[in-house]
Amino acid sequence: MFYREAGEFKTSYVDDNQTFPIRFDRYRYYFVLFAAFLVIPFAVNDYWVNAVFMPFLIYSIAAIGLNILVGYCGQVSLGTGGFMAVGAYACYKLMTAMPEVNIFFHVLMAGGITAMVGMAFGLPSLRIKGFYLAVATLAAQFFLVWLFNKVPWFYNYSASGQISAPERTVFGIAVTGANTSAWASYMFCLVFVFICGILARNLTRGTQGRKWMAIRDMDIAAEIIGVDPLKSKLSAFAVSSFFIGVSGALFFSVYLGAVEVGEAFGITKSFLVLFMVIIGGLGSIFGSFAGAAFLVLLPVLLKNVLVGMLGWPTDLAAHLEFMIVGAMIIIFLIAEPHGLAQLWRVAKEKLRLWPFPH
Amino acid sequence: MSNEEGYVTADGRKIGGTLMEMKNITLRFGGVKAITDISFDIKEGEIRAIIGPNGAGKSSMLNVISGFYVPQEGEVWFKGAKRPQMRPYQVAQQGIARTFQNIALFEGMSVLDNVMTGRLNYMKSNILHQAMWKGKAEKEEVENREAVEKIIDFLEIQSIRKTPVARLPYGLKKRVELARALAAEPMLLLLDEPMAGMNVEEKEDMSRFILDVNDEFGTTIALIEHDMGVVMDLSDRVVVMDYGKKIGDGTPDEVRSNQDVIDAYLGVSHD
Ligand SMILES: Nc1ncnc2c1ncn2[C@@H]1O[C@H](COP(=O)(O)OP(=O)(O)O)[C@@H](O)[C@H]1O
Ligand SMILES: [Mg+2]
Repeated sequence: MFYREAGEFKTSYVDDNQTFPIRFDRYRYYFVLFAAFLVIPFAVNDYWVNAVFMPFLIYSIAAIGLNILVGYCGQVSLGTGGFMAVGAYACYKLMTAMPEVNIFFHVLMAGGITAMVGMAFGLPSLRIKGFYLAVATLAAQFFLVWLFNKVPWFYNYSASGQISAPERTVFGIAVTGANTSAWASYMFCLVFVFICGILARNLTRGTQGRKWMAIRDMDIAAEIIGVDPLKSKLSAFAVSSFFIGVSGALFFSVYLGAVEVGEAFGITKSFLVLFMVIIGGLGSIFGSFAGAAFLVLLPVLLKNVLVGMLGWPTDLAAHLEFMIVGAMIIIFLIAEPHGLAQLWRVAKEKLRLWPFPH
Repeated sequence: MSNEEGYVTADGRKIGGTLMEMKNITLRFGGVKAITDISFDIKEGEIRAIIGPNGAGKSSMLNVISGFYVPQEGEVWFKGAKRPQMRPYQVAQQGIARTFQNIALFEGMSVLDNVMTGRLNYMKSNILHQAMWKGKAEKEEVENREAVEKIIDFLEIQSIRKTPVARLPYGLKKRVELARALAAEPMLLLLDEPMAGMNVEEKEDMSRFILDVNDEFGTTIALIEHDMGVVMDLSDRVVVMDYGKKIGDGTPDEVRSNQDVIDAYLGVSHD
């Protein structure tokens, strides 16, 4: 099977605008969808769902969200953890206040609320850029965590100060709470990943994406072609925060079940998602998935190989993980800001021309 | 020479009434006066040049027109009405497009995407349409793509359509920037030194494109240029600036024989 577009002639601009213009890519995409929806749910056990699939799916949504802001619109943010917390607490308040509404809509609404909060914290981006904006979003991170700790209304005055997800069902099947089976939580998250992936792709493939990238590449030139910087930066904050809010809601309600805000949504979370975006590739939806997969799988792999097979002490394996991640961040930032996604693209480009590179 | 209601050029093109009028513009940066009390007009369908030595205030004048700089004194009139203070993106929405002296392309995007950004004024679908894609957003994308492909053909950049802009040589970047401005189908096109840094062949191509744009689309063009030969060939009327002041205004022939201009500009070497 040859990987190339020869013999595939685009006869319309619609064809040319496809997400996967090359047939082989398109088939692979359908294959992944098929496996994700119809094979994995029947094949996985609890360990795989909890250690690999759920974190991968949920972090993918967060990484897509952050990538829209940082990779597409060029606005730095260190507030991801805080915005995930907004999604989580919004979801919790909605679940407890409106138990009759389906959890699916709670998660979406949590995303909507996070979008509004994100826009509010995005306002400074109109005046400040780069390092200063990073500091402003860092302040948002600390403020939000402090807020959810400090104001008992957010955790319904529970004695522990934690929030925990009551059981909620979709089509009669539990997706939150203690009685949830692994495949059900997996499927619930997968549906959101699927929706978010398509939305993100659509928002970045046309006018909206070009407005964001114009702001990212050169804001003066963006203005001269008619981009309103206020609107486009705020829309990036809103869309980005929507995704991050959805991921926070899922992280709390479906994955962890119970959450202490500082622990689950602290600054380390902000950095983790940022690293996913950098390693995966700034300005690439595929890269967001790749980065999330990489940073979720790396510790699992190291633990299984080093600790499980070679008998290393656990802390040594953890240190090695830090070193690998740190080194990769530096390498990617210096040598390949477009991350794994770009390496993949280059490999494909080579493959497309092979065996006649000229 | 021009009168209130248009004129006929030497080569027989009919020029319409006043499209844009700058009235007594003064622009200061702290103590530096970049523009001192300058007035001139741009008529519909003409190619208007602004010339003058380096630092004369030409780019500043273009920046006033496109809304980047707000003059301390004076008024800008567009299509017969006084223009309120506007942000650059609002000026763009009024149908004024431009290129920059130092190329201002979106380096992270392909040529096609760069030119597509020029169509923003024609993209009416909102963010929800965009998120759904099928329907309004896709239809709009295809329609505007057709318009963009015409511009791409016109400027003969078909073969680099999908190339990332960052990989292009200087001369082609200038052409892509012109394509992006043209994609907006502007009423008024501002070009800041479109031929700076080009070799003779590239200059000839660019001159031809400018004339063709004016001829085929009827676009009014205001351009800044250094090369006197080029200016004389291209433009219908010329404003000459020196040290922020206007020292001449008229057809190329009139300007060429104006003693002030000869002293201030043509006499001295420039480059
Ligand atoms: N943003 C600015 N801040 C301060 N001074 C400026 C700025 N832009 C232009 N100037 C000054 O205004 C004068 C005219 O510059 P400019 O309009 O770029 O000239 P030209 O395009 O004719 O070469 C110069 O003295 C320049 O230093
Ligand atoms: Mg200049």
